Amino acid sequence: MSTEVPLLNVQIDGVWLQFPKGTRVIEACSKAGKFIPRYCYHPKLSAPGNCRMCMVELGMPKMGPDRKPIIGSDGRPEIAWIPRPQISCAQDIAEGMAVRTDSPMVQECRKGVMEFLLINHPLDCPICDQAGECRLQEFSVEYGQSSSRFLERKVKKPKNVELGPRVTLDAERCVLCSRCIRFMKEVAQDDVLGFVDRGGFSTIACHPDKTLESNYSLNTVDICPVGALTSTDFRFKMRVWFLKETKTIDVNDGLGCNIIIGSREGRIYRITPRENNDVNSNWIPDSHRLNFKYLHDESRLTFPMVSGKRSSWAEALTQAVNSIKASGNLAMVVSARLTNEELYLAKVLAIALGITLWDVLPRIGEPDGILIPADRNPNTSGAQILGLAGSEPGRQLPKIAEGIRDGSIKGVLSIGEDLTKCGLSPVDLGKLKSLVVVDLLPNATTAAASVLLPGSGWAEKRGSMVNIKGRLQRLNKAVDAPGEARDDWEILNDLATASGSALSLHSIEDVFRAMAQDTPTFAGLNLSKIGDLGLQLDPKPVAAVSSTATV
Amino acid sequence: MDFFSTLPLELMAASVAKTLFLVFLVVLPLVSYTVYAERRVSALIQDRLGPNRTGFPTSLLGFQKDLQLFLGGLGQPVADAMKFMLKEEFTPGHVNHFYFWLAPVLAMVPALSTLAVIPFGNFMFGHKMVVADVNVGILYVFAIASIGVYGIVIAGWASNSKYPFLGGIRASSQMISYELSLGLSAVPVLLIIGNLNLSDAIQYQVNNGWLLLPFTDGKLTAREMLLWIPLMISFVVFTISMFAETNRLPFDLPESETELVAGYHTEYSAMKFALFFLGEYAAMIAGSSLIVVLFLGGWHLPLLPINDIESSMTLSGSILGLVHITTFFAKVACILIFFIWVRWTLPRFRFDQLMKLGWLYLFEIALVNIFITAGILAATK
Amino acid sequence: MAYTVRRPNLTFWEKLYIPNIIAGLLITLKHLKKMLNGETKVIMQYPEEKWDSQLPEYYRGAPTLVKDDHDRERCVSCQLCEFICPPRAITITPGELTSESKFAKVEKAPKEFLIDMTRCIYCGLCEEVCPEQAIYLRKDYAITGENRAEMVHDKVKLYELGGVMHGLVHKWNPDK
Repeated sequence: MSTEVPLLNVQIDGVWLQFPKGTRVIEACSKAGKFIPRYCYHPKLSAPGNCRMCMVELGMPKMGPDRKPIIGSDGRPEIAWIPRPQISCAQDIAEGMAVRTDSPMVQECRKGVMEFLLINHPLDCPICDQAGECRLQEFSVEYGQSSSRFLERKVKKPKNVELGPRVTLDAERCVLCSRCIRFMKEVAQDDVLGFVDRGGFSTIACHPDKTLESNYSLNTVDICPVGALTSTDFRFKMRVWFLKETKTIDVNDGLGCNIIIGSREGRIYRITPRENNDVNSNWIPDSHRLNFKYLHDESRLTFPMVSGKRSSWAEALTQAVNSIKASGNLAMVVSARLTNEELYLAKVLAIALGITLWDVLPRIGEPDGILIPADRNPNTSGAQILGLAGSEPGRQLPKIAEGIRDGSIKGVLSIGEDLTKCGLSPVDLGKLKSLVVVDLLPNATTAAASVLLPGSGWAEKRGSMVNIKGRLQRLNKAVDAPGEARDDWEILNDLATASGSALSLHSIEDVFRAMAQDTPTFAGLNLSKIGDLGLQLDPKPVAAVSSTATV
Repeated sequence: MDFFSTLPLELMAASVAKTLFLVFLVVLPLVSYTVYAERRVSALIQDRLGPNRTGFPTSLLGFQKDLQLFLGGLGQPVADAMKFMLKEEFTPGHVNHFYFWLAPVLAMVPALSTLAVIPFGNFMFGHKMVVADVNVGILYVFAIASIGVYGIVIAGWASNSKYPFLGGIRASSQMISYELSLGLSAVPVLLIIGNLNLSDAIQYQVNNGWLLLPFTDGKLTAREMLLWIPLMISFVVFTISMFAETNRLPFDLPESETELVAGYHTEYSAMKFALFFLGEYAAMIAGSSLIVVLFLGGWHLPLLPINDIESSMTLSGSILGLVHITTFFAKVACILIFFIWVRWTLPRFRFDQLMKLGWLYLFEIALVNIFITAGILAATK
Repeated sequence: MAYTVRRPNLTFWEKLYIPNIIAGLLITLKHLKKMLNGETKVIMQYPEEKWDSQLPEYYRGAPTLVKDDHDRERCVSCQLCEFICPPRAITITPGELTSESKFAKVEKAPKEFLIDMTRCIYCGLCEEVCPEQAIYLRKDYAITGENRAEMVHDKVKLYELGGVMHGLVHKWNPDK
């Protein structure tokens, strides 16, 4: 691959290892299993070297009079150690370089840096949201002191400052690492943060005419090594050590940012990005991160309904199949927010019912040039692969709408979509003989539904999706669906079985297996093979089937 | 029909009255208070107080405290009984229902039935104070008492659970083993009395002094002194066997809490458990009564006049009859206290030790003792 | 490997057991007699007699929340006690202090603090883990209720039981 990059010999704590040229010393040490404490260094940002925590002892080969390294008895160059410690984050490795990561001098340096950092640091860990995932706490355990030698008055700095609509600053906790400043400048491309004042009074501040309102502002909270920047949304809601972390993906756009859901006792408290260099690096837009509250909305549909009345699941499923079968000409609108498994079952159901007209509702927005693409549906590619959407998703929607309006379509299955967004009015929906709806939240379509089946939200189910780059990624279940709401694949499977499908599927793994058998793109795969970081489908799939069914 | 029509009505009525009196007015209260005594004595031996609070429940009527009778806690047995009766009658799902319900009855009935032939007094209102004055009294007692093991074995088996099962197995081998020495150790007494009727056994002791304390008739012959040795051996073996037969410590292996949770009645609760409890203590009372009848002169108290069938109709005779009954149960109570005392003194035997003791020592001793007694009787005839 | 324990050689009288049994019976009889004569000191007669006045300072009764000399709720709802609680008896809903509050510097206070006394095992780990000296096991030990809901102590009840604790560290001093 990168054969041109030469490997250099580096000695780390007495062991000679090889790393590609251009590797930073701090990264080389990490790869060698020697973790070096750091505050300001972040692999995705530039390295200003201002926290001084990552200091190590460096040495270079001792040179003879002939400007050649003197070779020692072990066949390796003898090392001339630099008498003062050096920072490892802003330093690239060099041939014959030697590093001591844990020598007495290095230990002493770290203790000294920690003491300076803690001089003005308040003792508010009990109320600090960072407590539990705070670098300052972690390194304090290793290199801190139990008492302070600082006798003077501590410097007071502003607390509880709203830097922007979503970020709150506690300047007293700040260790001036400048990660947030660099992030806003280099990644978010909205250079609003900076240092003001000097010496001990130095503090983070926003440009006086601006606020920190970039759609990526909450990433500064993630990378802040201490509790200085906190999420206004998550602030004081829950301590991080209670949160159950579920690795899953974001469903707000076609990219499918890798995320971690932090939940406790069936409630989601926060969402943080998960590193995946092929998808979203370490970042996620704020709009996506905060868009989970509707899962816990009071108005969530929690029980099945038949013509507006509460009913049992068994009755609702029977009614759904009976009414749709009896109504005549049918169409189906599915959501491109469903997982592959659900889309597959929707198609199985459609075929069992003899439906030939179907499509997905496209969502197109303005790409932001950083992470958010134009396609705001998370699984358009999946719908195309499975034949539920054509190369132009939504092309059949006007036909369906027209059919409903002129009465040629009598029954509609709507799986996770609001039909009023497809150019239909509630009055048009009233003309239908049968409208079977699977959805989460009440809307105009659910109000008109003859049978309403409550499904699960994206954090409440397992499954897979294909992003716009053709990467197959996995959703995992973080919390339970409320009330009697069921997994969408179970609902669709029950409907399909009741409509005469012969597939015998009892778990989401079964569904994937059946789907992989029918779909060449997924051949040989299963859910566990996808892995946490997803799987690039090769070659990038193209819509093989047009949305008008020819199956 | 013929058989019943030949029975005098008065005799039948008297038998029923005696049974009711014995079971409901004497034995059942005695069982309750034996349990109470058990708890109280054990507490006192262990430097505790035991149940000392449940009195007449005046606190239910709004008073600060229950009314405490002289010792305090005398209401405890009543409260216990009420609790047992009010508890949910629960049958575990894994048991054999029929036998599970049958077992407590089988444990209770034999214990009460043995009391039928025990003469608990002399005469009252012209009637002999024994429910059935049969001439095979002692045989009847052994025959009925040996049925008691069925209750325990069936309970252990029907519970369908390991601890009751082990308890049931232990109970069967233990009770069958000790029935031998129990029966054999009573033979010397019967040899001396020359009769199986228990009333006659008491009459013999009234005339010749208690078998264990031969001087109680005022005179002590050389023959009595000679017979006293085998009788003492007989008494010890009989008492020890009675401990084993009633599953009392140090031979309570069928229920040994520390090993088998609660042994054969682990799965039982509420009234069914209470019936086991009742059966166990009723068996203790029956056993104690037998000891009193065979060795300690029954209802007889030295230096006290004895009423007969005629005088029992008079007031003084009735009072005397009452004294005899009281004497009998006082003696029984002493034996019961001794049972309790031993229980809270001695640790439990190991099962092999129990079997060894029964088969290798008590059985042989009782057997040899019969020949010694017979020899003495033959020599002194 | 199995090995044989040598049993002691018993004399004839010891083998007979009876003298030893009698000796044992005498010992229990002695205890019985002493008890009946009132020579044995027996345990305290609760509830007529109580040892409330003799409870040591470190007695672990019901956990309570305390206020300090400045009438401040000590608890900042850090939820460490909720975390450490072995039977999971504690449930805290964290809340935020408004800027108008006298103690706005503290920023955080519990919105609700529940201790389920049917679960509490009086282990004292909550008191030990508390970084704010806010939760203390006081001397109330007779915690009763007529239903489960009554046995859940809420914030009001906890402060009522806890009262004021003097001489605690004044960490949130605004001047500091």
